[in-house]
This record gives sequence, C-alpha cells and structure tokens, in this order.
Amino acid sequence: MASRETPEVNGGSLADIAFLLLIFFLVTTTMDTDTGITRLLPPEPDPEQEDVEVKVNKRNVLVVLLNRSDLLMVGGEVMDRLALKDKTIEFFTNPQNDQNLPEMEEKEVQFPPGSSSLLSSEGVWTGRISRGVISLQNDRSTTYGRYLQVQNELVAAVNLLRNDFCNLYFDKDYDDLNTNNPIEEEIQLGIRKIYKMNISESDPKSIGGRN
Amino acid sequence: MSKFRKKSGKGLQKINTSSLPDIVFMLLFFFMVATTMRETEVQVRVKVPEATEVKKLEKKSLVTYIYIGRPVAHVAKMYGTEPLIQLNDKLVSEEGIPYEAIQDFVLFEREKLPESDKNRMVISLRVDQDISMGKVDDVKQSLRRARALIINYSAKKEYRDQGRQR
Repeated sequence: MASRETPEVNGGSLADIAFLLLIFFLVTTTMDTDTGITRLLPPEPDPEQEDVEVKVNKRNVLVVLLNRSDLLMVGGEVMDRLALKDKTIEFFTNPQNDQNLPEMEEKEVQFPPGSSSLLSSEGVWTGRISRGVISLQNDRSTTYGRYLQVQNELVAAVNLLRNDFCNLYFDKDYDDLNTNNPIEEEIQLGIRKIYKMNISESDPKSIGGRN
Repeated sequence: MSKFRKKSGKGLQKINTSSLPDIVFMLLFFFMVATTMRETEVQVRVKVPEATEVKKLEKKSLVTYIYIGRPVAHVAKMYGTEPLIQLNDKLVSEEGIPYEAIQDFVLFEREKLPESDKNRMVISLRVDQDISMGKVDDVKQSLRRARALIINYSAKKEYRDQGRQR
C-alpha cells in the first residue's frame, strides 16, 4: 500500500494525449476503397496462328463506334450515350424475334435443383440465349472518359438483364449472390451463361492521326 | 443545483476513468493499423471518370496500379506536359510505345505474388478522363503481351437519380 506521502502519478492527461493521436489518425485515414469496372482482355494471339476470317452473321454483331470527336455510332446510326443501354438490351434479348437482331438459340442451363419455384424440380432452365456480340471500336483520339462511359452503358445493360432474371427466378439481386455459397455461385454461373458479357474490342486503329 | 451539491457533499465516489486511456489506445491502434499511408507518390494528375456500374476491388494484394495522366506541376518541368504513364513510382519517359517497360513491370510485380495468385493478378488502370485512348490502347496491348489480362478501369461511383428504366 502506498503511503499518503507519495502521490500517484497523474494519469489523467494520458487520455488526452491518446485522444489527440486518435483524432490525428482518424482524420488522416483514408479507407480508400478502390472501385472500378473490371474487364478481361483477350489473350495475345499466337504469332504462328494465321488470321482466320471468322464468319459471323451480320445480324449477330452490333458495332459500337466512338470516333475522335467522341461521337457515338451504334449499328450505323448516331446515338446518344444514354440510349445505348436500351439498344443493348434490345440487342441481347431480341424480344420480337426480329430478323435484324441476333439469332436466339434454344438452350438448357442447369441451376441447383429446387432453387427456384419457376424451374422444374431438377433445376433446368430452357430458353433463348442470344448469339449477339458487341464490337466496340474506338479511335486513338477518343477521350478515355467517354470510352469508359460507353463501356459502362454496355456493362449496365448486361447487369440489368442479369439482375432482372435473378429477381424473377430467385427473388434476389444479382449483386447479392454470395459467391462463397456453392448454391448461389452455381446460380451466378448459370445466369452468366444466359446473359454473356459478349463485348469484343477490336485492335485499336488510328483513323485520325496519332493522339 | 442544490440537489447536486448535497449529493457531492456526501462524498459520492468519482467515476473511475483509469481505463479510458486503454480504450482510446485500442481505438488508436486500430486506426494506426488500418491506415495505409500511400507509399507511391502519384506524379501525374488523375481524375478518374464516373460510372454507375463500378464494383469494389477485393483483395488489395492482387492489385497493381498503372497511372496515366498529365504530369503535375513540378514533374512537368522535367518531362513536359504530354501525358505520361506511371508504373508504381517511376515514370515512363521513353518515346513510342513502352511495351518493354510495362512487360518488365508486370513480370516484376507478378513475382511478388504467391504462387497460387499469380494468374489472378489485377491491373488497375487509373487513367485521367481527358487522356486520349491512344495511350490507353498502348498500355492495353502491352498488358496483353505480358499476359496480365484482368484489368480494372478505375472509376468513381456515379449516382443517377433517374433510377431504373428500360
């Protein structure tokens, strides 16, 4: 027991000092969560491999062109950026079986059995899957911001289709599917088979001179 | 007031605050650990575009950054104002298409990853929105050669109030 003559060290200011440091770190901390649009680049072609003209039916390709003045042309007509999403959705779904829109293939996709009341008990989905491919081409002088906006609209269209499907069949948002859960992961893979992210980027070309 | 005095007069025990520093220190350590001081100084001006479909980048250890933008003022004195590519902390100053530099950089960064994650490497492109695509295309071609195929166009979340429509 300490005697009355030796007082304890005053620890009251310790809290103040710690608070000061705490506030410093609170202010300087930037929990910068990086966000962005993730895409997959096509692998480099084999040099020995000869260029093969792949015959693709014209109706299956939607050409999206961005010229050097950042103007957007979709399937031969000039278009506003915000209209691109609807155009893409129409292109990928082809609701009226239009002869000028992509062919639809009758296909089966396996989902986890019993995962949805709208599917058979084996979990087999039968329906039309689009063969459409979007070909995105840009000029060297297109600004990056514009390019990303167009990418964004294309991705948004596919995401919307996936999400609607997921809501309809599984009563859940596509983004809320938990990939750590094997059943939900299978659902996600299934939906990806139905609505593919078929966006092809051709090799860049210079139409309007360098930069 | 008088009530309060009466009580304190009776010698009410003070609240023991001796554990307060401990609590505060605990918080402090949390923030110290969670804070990531940026180890690379970005020498180019990058204002990333906005997009609605952005996703969070998981697994920071897999991510490698490439910056493209116009140099900031003090760098511009040395390199001029033309857009530059920055790989981690060094600027690519060579003329033409920097295939070599980017390939070496990707290989070097890939070596740092554990074996199991080598092909899950993500390249995050932090590109200024006013840069012309020529530079970006060069980088993309170089990345294809280096077989770094998962890329992420860095963008900020944009909120549109018009909501969902078809």
